[in-house]
Amino acid sequence: PPAQSHSDWIGPPDKHSNLRPVIFYVPPEESPLERRLREARQENQACNQHFWARHNRAFRQEKEEFIYSRLKAKGLEMRDETGQKATLNAEEMADFYKDFLSKNFRKHMQYNRDWYKRNFTITFLMGQVALARALRWLRWKKKNVE
Amino acid sequence: GLFVWRLKSAGTGHTPCHLVHLCRVASHRLITFQYFNFLKRMYVTQYNKDLSQRAKPKSDPVVSPFHELQQLDQEKKAIHKISPVSPVHQPWPETSRRKELREVESAAESEASATAVRAEPKEDRQWKEMKLRLDELPGILARLSKIKLTALVVSTASAGFAMAPVPFDLPCFLLASLGTGLASCAANSINQFFEVPFDSNMNRTKNRPLVRGQISPLLAVCFAASCGVPGIALLTLGVNPLTGALGAFNIFLYTCCYTPMKRMSIANTWVGAVVGAIPPVMGWTAATGSLDAGALLLGGILYSWQFPHFNALSWGLREDYSRGGYCMMSVTHPGLCRRVALRHCLALIGLSAVAPALDVTTWTFPIVSLPINLYISYLGFRFYRDADRSSSRKLFFCSLWHLPMLLLVMFTCKKSVLEKDDKNELRGESHGRAVEMRLP
Repeated sequence: PPAQSHSDWIGPPDKHSNLRPVIFYVPPEESPLERRLREARQENQACNQHFWARHNRAFRQEKEEFIYSRLKAKGLEMRDETGQKATLNAEEMADFYKDFLSKNFRKHMQYNRDWYKRNFTITFLMGQVALARALRWLRWKKKNVE
Repeated sequence: GLFVWRLKSAGTGHTPCHLVHLCRVASHRLITFQYFNFLKRMYVTQYNKDLSQRAKPKSDPVVSPFHELQQLDQEKKAIHKISPVSPVHQPWPETSRRKELREVESAAESEASATAVRAEPKEDRQWKEMKLRLDELPGILARLSKIKLTALVVSTASAGFAMAPVPFDLPCFLLASLGTGLASCAANSINQFFEVPFDSNMNRTKNRPLVRGQISPLLAVCFAASCGVPGIALLTLGVNPLTGALGAFNIFLYTCCYTPMKRMSIANTWVGAVVGAIPPVMGWTAATGSLDAGALLLGGILYSWQFPHFNALSWGLREDYSRGGYCMMSVTHPGLCRRVALRHCLALIGLSAVAPALDVTTWTFPIVSLPINLYISYLGFRFYRDADRSSSRKLFFCSLWHLPMLLLVMFTCKKSVLEKDDKNELRGESHGRAVEMRLP
């Protein structure tokens, strides 16, 4: 993002986590409240990124392993004569999906709790910051009028 | 005046509600994407995805989606192809361009490895300023509130209103529809507020406003509050408290029960079915002011319809659900998924047969609706037996036209208020009411 910008910038989805990274703008006179908000958002971004990148990578890896083991059991290779990647049909993959979901259930529960907490905190801080800014603007307006 | 008009409308079957039904049928042909109820369904079908992409306004020059579609065939080629294209669209300085290219490449890789073929808009790969643009706001809020889904919810509510055995009251109808619409907007916005990281990871939902950073979470919550509070107030004060209470309860059920439950237990589907069943009940109570058996019947029909609809759809989304951590029957209990879908298809036949017994419709309704109910049950059986993608798709697409058609038939078979024994009395009553309406 350009150097003279005064707002946050959001980018395209990350390769591993599918989340969009945000570059936060740090204003020169950042109040403590605003700093808390920015840090909370940065922490949230980092937590989400870490979780989903790891999770998606694990998914892809385990999926490959599953496909490989199933193909091997059937006596096939990973790639057939034409060089195309051999895949299993949806019914065979269903076992893997079911398995993966139940394995990661507790991990998801933990993440859900954390995410909801962080989401509420950030939104609440945003509300506080917006209110503080509005009051500041009103005070500045009043001063200019006098 | 009102009475005469009512007579005419009962005869010809043309009322605003009927028109709404017709519009709904038409819109279903075009937009099968988001449908019908408070439930947030992770819909991914390639066909629908393309439609939705086309619907979005694109500020970029024509980028040739075909170009990108071809790229998805070969993974390696995609990376090379995108690199020469992107610099054309970059006004950024050198360093960010390099980063942009890297992002683009990684985006291409993740794209290529995705299972669904889709035309990702070019603007998705650029860095965007997170500033709220007022001219974009209506579009953003429309997507935040899932406006198409809301429209379909409102039409179910108006179906409930139309089926109530009372003379049609236009102001009440409009207030009820508006209130329901606002409540639905609020619920959908809160739902999206809760689900940002999950939406980012699912193919269909990753272009939502909060995911793309087009709007801040704070604004989303404020919007939800500014829709929900007036909406429920409108229902409670402008229509009746019962409808208001149902609306508030439905918002609660959707946002605080269904949304978290999606990640906890497969029971979420049943809760979601209730969420979808409540709007027609709301329409009915708006008209009559009380919770009759007819209201519950209409709710029951919509409740049963949810299962073949959703279970068939979720069959094709098992990978996304599994990765995203959503507990859905299609992933964890596939046998149950198909059994439940079939069971409720058959329940629809039963419920249609009960309708004349409750004086909601004449006896012609079960007979006329039998073909479509049997057809969806047949598809439900095929889905149960075959359990493959094609049968699930057939069942899903059938459910999309089945419900509007069923409601349409129901409306045309509606037992007219005038067929009661105290015809004259009613005539006098309605006429009196009509006169009252005239007075400002």
